[in-house]
Amino acid sequence: MSDVKYSKEHEWIKLDGDVATIGITKHATEMLGDIVFAELPEKGSNVEKDGTAGVVESTKAASDVYTPVSGEVVDTNQAIVDDPSKINQDPENSAWFFKLKIKDPAEMDTLMNKDDYDKFAKETSA
Amino acid sequence: METKKTSLYQLHQDCNAKFVEFAGYQMPIQYSEGIVEEHKFTRNHSGIFDVSHMGQLFIYGGKDLIKDLEKIFPLDLKNLKLNHSKYSFLMDKDAGIHDDLIITKINEGFLIILNAACKDNDFKILKELLREKYKMVLDENRSLIAIQGPKSSQILNKVVDGVNDLNFMSGNWFSFENQKVYITRSGYTGEDGFEISIPNDFADKLTRELIDKGSKLIGLGARDTLRLEAGLCLYGHDLDKDKTPVEANLKWAISKERISKGDFIGSDIIIKQLNDGVSKIRVGIKPEGRIIAREKTKIFNQSDVHIGEITSGTFGPSVNGPVAMGYVENEFSKKDTKVFLEVRGKKHPASICSLPFYKKSYVKGVN
Repeated sequence: MSDVKYSKEHEWIKLDGDVATIGITKHATEMLGDIVFAELPEKGSNVEKDGTAGVVESTKAASDVYTPVSGEVVDTNQAIVDDPSKINQDPENSAWFFKLKIKDPAEMDTLMNKDDYDKFAKETSA
Repeated sequence: METKKTSLYQLHQDCNAKFVEFAGYQMPIQYSEGIVEEHKFTRNHSGIFDVSHMGQLFIYGGKDLIKDLEKIFPLDLKNLKLNHSKYSFLMDKDAGIHDDLIITKINEGFLIILNAACKDNDFKILKELLREKYKMVLDENRSLIAIQGPKSSQILNKVVDGVNDLNFMSGNWFSFENQKVYITRSGYTGEDGFEISIPNDFADKLTRELIDKGSKLIGLGARDTLRLEAGLCLYGHDLDKDKTPVEANLKWAISKERISKGDFIGSDIIIKQLNDGVSKIRVGIKPEGRIIAREKTKIFNQSDVHIGEITSGTFGPSVNGPVAMGYVENEFSKKDTKVFLEVRGKKHPASICSLPFYKKSYVKGVN
């Protein structure tokens, strides 16, 4: 999993060729609580780095989901829209949010690796 | 001002509570299992709620007190039997709601349970209205513990013998560890349950025994989803000074006998609204699909005209979908009326529905 990168907005991103899979981190789900609603970007739409690309809602509140890199949405995970509790169960694997055909691979370099993210998450939630 | 802690604070910590500040108190919003599990556990088994932040106002007096309270509350208090409870409101002269409350006739007078955020103001208002004629105690020495859900009577009866015999919306004094506890069969979840007024020093012990017998602590988060599914109002959201009990669709709580005389605070407006109707009214709202419409969401009719606003909205774990309530212009308040809710700039279809979203299972007896 060393090829997985993380953003300060608590998204994870895994690159495979020029297609990136993006979801929210386990730490994010723990902060949000039970997720009961998910909204994803439209297939074929273009999203910009750090722009909103979806919404998750817990019983308590709504939170935006951001995209850590720019690109065209090539796939979305309908399973988490139909059953948002899957996001709490398996956030960093089967409960991915969307896939992007990325525009600029250099944007990946601005993101954190796992160790840095874990440290960041620990510091910001203290 | 420093935030206050209830007598169960240590126990909440022991149970890994996440805390929030609520009405000046450090209160548990949820425990480790989370809101959805806590909600379901209450519906299926039994949940314990620390509601010690709520006001317990004891007013002592006899016949004069009944007369004076009838000038304030739209209730037939003369005929309220000993140990019976009624839901009511403290209103201003325009029938705007200062607070909603439960009033119970006790031997020496009345016990009134007030909302935490309103209790100090209520106390001030009532003291003025009653012209300091009666002894009034907003008791900080007692905790209030609710136990709710189908297994609650069985569990509580093991700890406080005899509570099983209480009817819904009635109460009595019982004994726990030689302490006098006042228990009513009531609640705020749509389930059978009890509220226990107990001296602070014994609240922790009682609660630990209830947990030992199979109940679990439940946070304010699930308390909110439970009450909303049950169609019950939350003061400061669904009720406030700009809304009357008639607009809030709570006219069932106003005594018919008292309306005919109309001699209580706000009665002019109440009578006028009952006769002429109201321009806005509280309704249940069921969004289509899974979209959650929260408080302050704007409601539109089919011609895209703004007709109202959501006052409470969340995801209902037992309904397994979004639930909401709000106020709409009266002509759009009929069940099954199609409306639109503006969430994040998009209009989502919804319909007006009857409350509750989740059917109550209160047991035996009404007063």
